[in-house]
Amino acid sequence: MAAEKAILEFLKEGDEIPDSQLFAASVGIDHTELENVIKSLRGFEIIETQDIKKESFVLTDEGKLYAVEGSPEVQFFLAVPPEGITRDDLKKKLGDNIFNIGLSWAMKNKWVEIKKQLVSRKVENVEDKVKDLLKKIEDGEVVDKKEDIDALKKRKLITLQMWKAYSLRKGTKYAPERKKAATDLTREHLQRGDWKDLEFKEYNLSAQGQPIQVGYLQPLLEVREEIQNIFLQMGFEEMPTNNFVESSFWNFDALFQPQQHPARDSHDTFFLKVPAATRQLPEDYVERVKRVHESGGYGSKGYGYDWKREEADKNLLRTHTTAVSTRMLYMLAQQKSFRPKKYFSIDRVFRNEAVDRTHLAEFHQIEGLICDHGLTLADLLGVLEDFFTRLGMSKLRFKPAYNPYTEPSMEVFSYHEGLKKWVEVGNSGMFRPEMLLPMGLPEDVNVIAWGLSLERPTMILYGIDNIRDLFGPKVDFNLIKNNPICRLGLL
Amino acid sequence: MPTVSVGRDRLYGALGETYTQEDFEKLCFEFGIELDDVTTEKAIIRKERHLEGEAEDEDEEVIYKIEVAANRYDLLCLEGIARALRIFIGKEEIPVFKVTDVPHKSMLKMHVKPETALIRPFVVCAVLRGITFDEARYNSFIDLQDKLHQNICRKRTLVAIGTHDLDTIQGPFSYEALAPPEINFVPLKQVKSFRADELLELYRSDMKLKRFLHIIENSPVYPVIYDNDRTVLSLPPIINGAHSAITLETKNVFIECTATDLTKANIVLNTMVTMFSEYCEKKFEVEPVEVLYSDGRSCIYPDLTVSNMEVSLADITGPIGISLEASEVVPLLNKMQLQAEKSSTADGKCNIIVSVPPTRSDILHARDVMEDVAIAYGFNNIPKSKPKCMTMGGRQPLNRFSDKIRAEVSRAGYMEVLTWVLCSHEENFAMLKRKDDGDKAVIIANPRSSDFEIVRTSLMSCLLKTVKHNIDHPRPIKIFEVGDVVILDAARDVGAANNRQLAALYCNVASGFEVLRKFGIPDPCSYVEIDIQALL
Repeated sequence: MAAEKAILEFLKEGDEIPDSQLFAASVGIDHTELENVIKSLRGFEIIETQDIKKESFVLTDEGKLYAVEGSPEVQFFLAVPPEGITRDDLKKKLGDNIFNIGLSWAMKNKWVEIKKQLVSRKVENVEDKVKDLLKKIEDGEVVDKKEDIDALKKRKLITLQMWKAYSLRKGTKYAPERKKAATDLTREHLQRGDWKDLEFKEYNLSAQGQPIQVGYLQPLLEVREEIQNIFLQMGFEEMPTNNFVESSFWNFDALFQPQQHPARDSHDTFFLKVPAATRQLPEDYVERVKRVHESGGYGSKGYGYDWKREEADKNLLRTHTTAVSTRMLYMLAQQKSFRPKKYFSIDRVFRNEAVDRTHLAEFHQIEGLICDHGLTLADLLGVLEDFFTRLGMSKLRFKPAYNPYTEPSMEVFSYHEGLKKWVEVGNSGMFRPEMLLPMGLPEDVNVIAWGLSLERPTMILYGIDNIRDLFGPKVDFNLIKNNPICRLGLL
Repeated sequence: MPTVSVGRDRLYGALGETYTQEDFEKLCFEFGIELDDVTTEKAIIRKERHLEGEAEDEDEEVIYKIEVAANRYDLLCLEGIARALRIFIGKEEIPVFKVTDVPHKSMLKMHVKPETALIRPFVVCAVLRGITFDEARYNSFIDLQDKLHQNICRKRTLVAIGTHDLDTIQGPFSYEALAPPEINFVPLKQVKSFRADELLELYRSDMKLKRFLHIIENSPVYPVIYDNDRTVLSLPPIINGAHSAITLETKNVFIECTATDLTKANIVLNTMVTMFSEYCEKKFEVEPVEVLYSDGRSCIYPDLTVSNMEVSLADITGPIGISLEASEVVPLLNKMQLQAEKSSTADGKCNIIVSVPPTRSDILHARDVMEDVAIAYGFNNIPKSKPKCMTMGGRQPLNRFSDKIRAEVSRAGYMEVLTWVLCSHEENFAMLKRKDDGDKAVIIANPRSSDFEIVRTSLMSCLLKTVKHNIDHPRPIKIFEVGDVVILDAARDVGAANNRQLAALYCNVASGFEVLRKFGIPDPCSYVEIDIQALL
């Protein structure tokens, strides 16, 4: 502040500060400090500057030493007593360095002589011209004689230094006192009314903002929410799927999935040690299911094998949420009068599979189903079109497929514009009469249903190629932080 | 879904037409099979041996790997796929299979001893007369047995197939179950005779066969089939005898299928004979074998009867959602190998009598007939319609409540994570200094690894594992999860119940309760977990 004040005060009267170096010396401020103020004032156009390049000599470390202690030759001379001194004694007195340099210059100046190792004076008094010159230079005085300068330079006692200085004049926005630019408009500015005279600092629009403390939701669950919304828009009611432990009966048998089916192999399904078996099943329904497996009925031939209750009792971690759909349909069939239903769920299912880039032992299944009189395959095609179009997949194709509890069964393919190919996006079908009729549903009631995983479309959506980067403890926090807003269903 | 490898050129030869790969894929898509991969024999070997970089030979035979529906055993070989597609595109009539009319006296016999009931009670047999093999047909014949063994036979547990050169053996045959030391024979690929129990010891180190030993090894008696001269045909379901092995020159093939499931034994036998009678002197004709039980019962196999199913036209077109005349439905059924004719009931309704051939064991119900009509019509040709029912959408209160909690906690500056409910026993208990009293956790019986031993009873280990994997993330770490744990619950039908929990974890360089070195987290963490289901 003192430096700024000094400059502005001076220029109030004076025209120009010709040399900032000299000015700094005259007001007793370090030039480096002054230079910062000069740059800042120049930035606000309060002063104008011109660069001056200046050369001056400064003392080297050796020079500084002699400026205080005297030149070596004078030290040497003064150390020689009038009666003389032996060379060795003198060396001891002065030290090797001063002795050597001093000797050489004192001899040259013809101040001393050496006879038979005895050093003695040749003159009475000497003048320390070197010390005087060094002191002058140190004080910034001008040394006129070129040969003196050259001699000191040769002895490496001084060195030439470039100085930068400025000449200063008033700038276009000169004022004897600088107004500080305001960085923000405050309530006080408005109350005082001084905002009119304020200068505001310009916004730096390329500066990084301060990080803000916010929370985040998991990307996979953000996608889940959008798909839930699609189901809700379409009039679907969510099923209670918070029961991971299920019996083989509800997971397989009730779905007309035979007991020798490969999916019931321990290589595919997690069976349980505790609780190993289910405690209760609806016995009359179990009896009807057993019959339809063994010998058919309801217009079916059945599978023709010995159905075993122990197999049906085995507990497992559900392999699909269709186990819940089956319970819901069974409950619906127990109602006094039939009412059409649209159900959906998105929840976890479990497969005893080797974990790799595309497979996990647990993942989320999306399932939708409609139960009503006289539903048709054409209705299923129409509903799939509605659903997948909302997910951004409007180009669909359907392929005949096989599934033990649906007939017909269709795989749903969608044309992916990015991958430039048809990709399988889901499975669908009409539940078999052998599944629905033993529940007690009316004969003309059909159920159309479809399912897909939540992870796969999410991976395609966000270009993630390893499922463990999306779901599970190895997900990187930065993925959760940086994931874009989920735009599914906004189309 | 099973995958069948067929030579592309041989397949196109059988189809009588060469397709571009794109056109063939289109045909597969319509019919409901899928061209899964295009490769070559050498490429498969290279892949198996993990060899890379060897140049592909231009003239290597191209192999199509085709994925077929798991219940279509008639599509498990080239013969079946080609036949089904030929009929689908209208190039061939539906074959009529015939059991040769053999006088009862000269019919081959198989006597079943009562002891077989202890281990593998059923056997069905048939003979293919005057068959002509070449290398490709022979390989396909062997491959089909492999595919059947893998799929419907459930790795030979339910059914095992044995095929023999009939000219090397002498009927009548007998199916017995004997103590292992009583059985002695030279098995396939061996030159000396083995006792059955020694043979099983030998196969313990056989990569392929060791997987089947468990089916009989603990039984006091092993199943075995002898001919009239006590030559061993086979030791089902493990190995055939060397004596009756079929070769490229074999003319007459004796097929036996031993089983624990008679329905599936019949399907397997029928699949074998309907596929390969194509190469018999009298095409699609199969010679029967009588199976006699010691209690006097007797049956003649194969049973190639066509079963008739009368289905009303409305039951076919109604559920599809299209209107077709019977005269339009019949040719569609024919495309799917189903003979059909129109019939009318007394009340004027139109019915269709569908003849289900022995190859189509997948047809159980009128609904299966309906599906075949829909496939032949083309799923993608069906005009779409919309369900008419009016329903209200709605959420499960617990799930909606969970979402509100999630929103609140994230608004408080916490980051949501999503973890797995399966974990190791140690993570859920010992590493958290918690004791397993055995009354809480669901335990998996067949975990593939220790990562899947139990279902979590708390979210704590899951959140800690997540922090561990993000250990380099700048502090403070503030994460949460709303998720289910599973607790044993005697009040539930299955004996366990989910419970919805909220857990939040704060980790910073200072201010926390505990340092969790076992999880590899060097900094103190604060943690809270509450049951939010109770708050609903």
